[in-house]
Amino acid sequence: MNQGLKTARTEGLISCHSCHLLCRSPGPAAVMICPRCGTRLHRRKPNSIKRTWALVLAAFVFYIPANVLPITTVISLGKAQSDTIMSGVIYFIKTGMWPIALVIFVASVFVPLLKLIILTFLLITVQRKSSWRQKDRTRLYRITEVVGRWSMVDIFVVTILVALVNLGALATIQARPGAVFFCAVVVITLFAAMSFDPRLIWDTEESLNE
Amino acid sequence: MSSLIACHDCDLIQRLPHISEAGTIQCIRCGAVLHQKIRNSIERTLSLTLAGLVLFGLANSFPFLAFKIGAQVRQTTLLTGIQELYAQGMPELSVIVLLTTVLVPFAQMICMLYILLPLKFRRIPIKLPQVFRFIRHLQPWNMMEVFMLGILVSVVKLAKMAKIIPGVALFSFLALIFVMAAMTASLDSHLIWEKWDQKR
Repeated sequence: MNQGLKTARTEGLISCHSCHLLCRSPGPAAVMICPRCGTRLHRRKPNSIKRTWALVLAAFVFYIPANVLPITTVISLGKAQSDTIMSGVIYFIKTGMWPIALVIFVASVFVPLLKLIILTFLLITVQRKSSWRQKDRTRLYRITEVVGRWSMVDIFVVTILVALVNLGALATIQARPGAVFFCAVVVITLFAAMSFDPRLIWDTEESLNE
Repeated sequence: MSSLIACHDCDLIQRLPHISEAGTIQCIRCGAVLHQKIRNSIERTLSLTLAGLVLFGLANSFPFLAFKIGAQVRQTTLLTGIQELYAQGMPELSVIVLLTTVLVPFAQMICMLYILLPLKFRRIPIKLPQVFRFIRHLQPWNMMEVFMLGILVSVVKLAKMAKIIPGVALFSFLALIFVMAAMTASLDSHLIWEKWDQKR
């Protein structure tokens, strides 16, 4: 069905990732510069699979302290209470604010994990040169690109709480190390999604046709 | 050669049809958006950028949120939380929040102005490709809308404890989110490269 479809790779062309000009590539080893905008050209994102694996694994590791360590401590009238991401979600459920509980749970627990699982899945299928449902897998990749940023919501909540609830002995909220790890997970997964090259999903097809 | 393009998501080579009306062209294989033609793109984006800069000024110079328990009132600005995180020994967090909610949006608007203002008057700014690429790289790090959701969650969380009073800066910030989204959406990147090709 897809026979006769030409890609830049099979035609010896490179698409500039900055201005999308199609350029003729002189050879595999040479350093190429886009004649229109001067960007370094790459046939695919350099070391895409290795880089993405490294970032995904790092994010998995940081995901554990991010969820185990407290992200905030509330000091109110001499009492201190620490909260992790999950205990915050549970607090919202107990007080009947389940829409907020759902927002926090989806953004802070579900989305980062989903993103890591999707990226792992894409990496494995690309390495196995699978040609299974390429269009759907490209769509999965686009989801990870769009959805990741929303995980930052918890970090912003901490920032706002820290700013507002600062009334000395009456009530003060402090940020805790869990928030740093959590922020690291979000930033690392953003970089992971950027370093993955979705064109790798389609590369198998041309090699099959050749 | 110029109307041929390779899809950025699946690398398929295809001919971009010439369209005179505003519209969107998608990749025939994977559905990625290849080109979005927008009417009066430069003027539209430029005016939104200027509006954005005004709103940005307002959002950073007026009270953002105030928090009231009994007689105690604490007034904050957009930067208070960032300063507070830094003071509590969390410089990493404070830098990330500063970047994603203040510096990146500001840099995006300044760069947009740098490119569009000369283009509007039929001049080509120097280093246009580099500046344009920089704007594209900044895009994922602009998280103002996520920050807005954070405000919503915090307000609900604190509603039982105290009274929260929104300030002028909060409304400016909200408007800025929409203006920046419209600014990004109304920029026709193909048009910028066409101009760059013509003048070179």
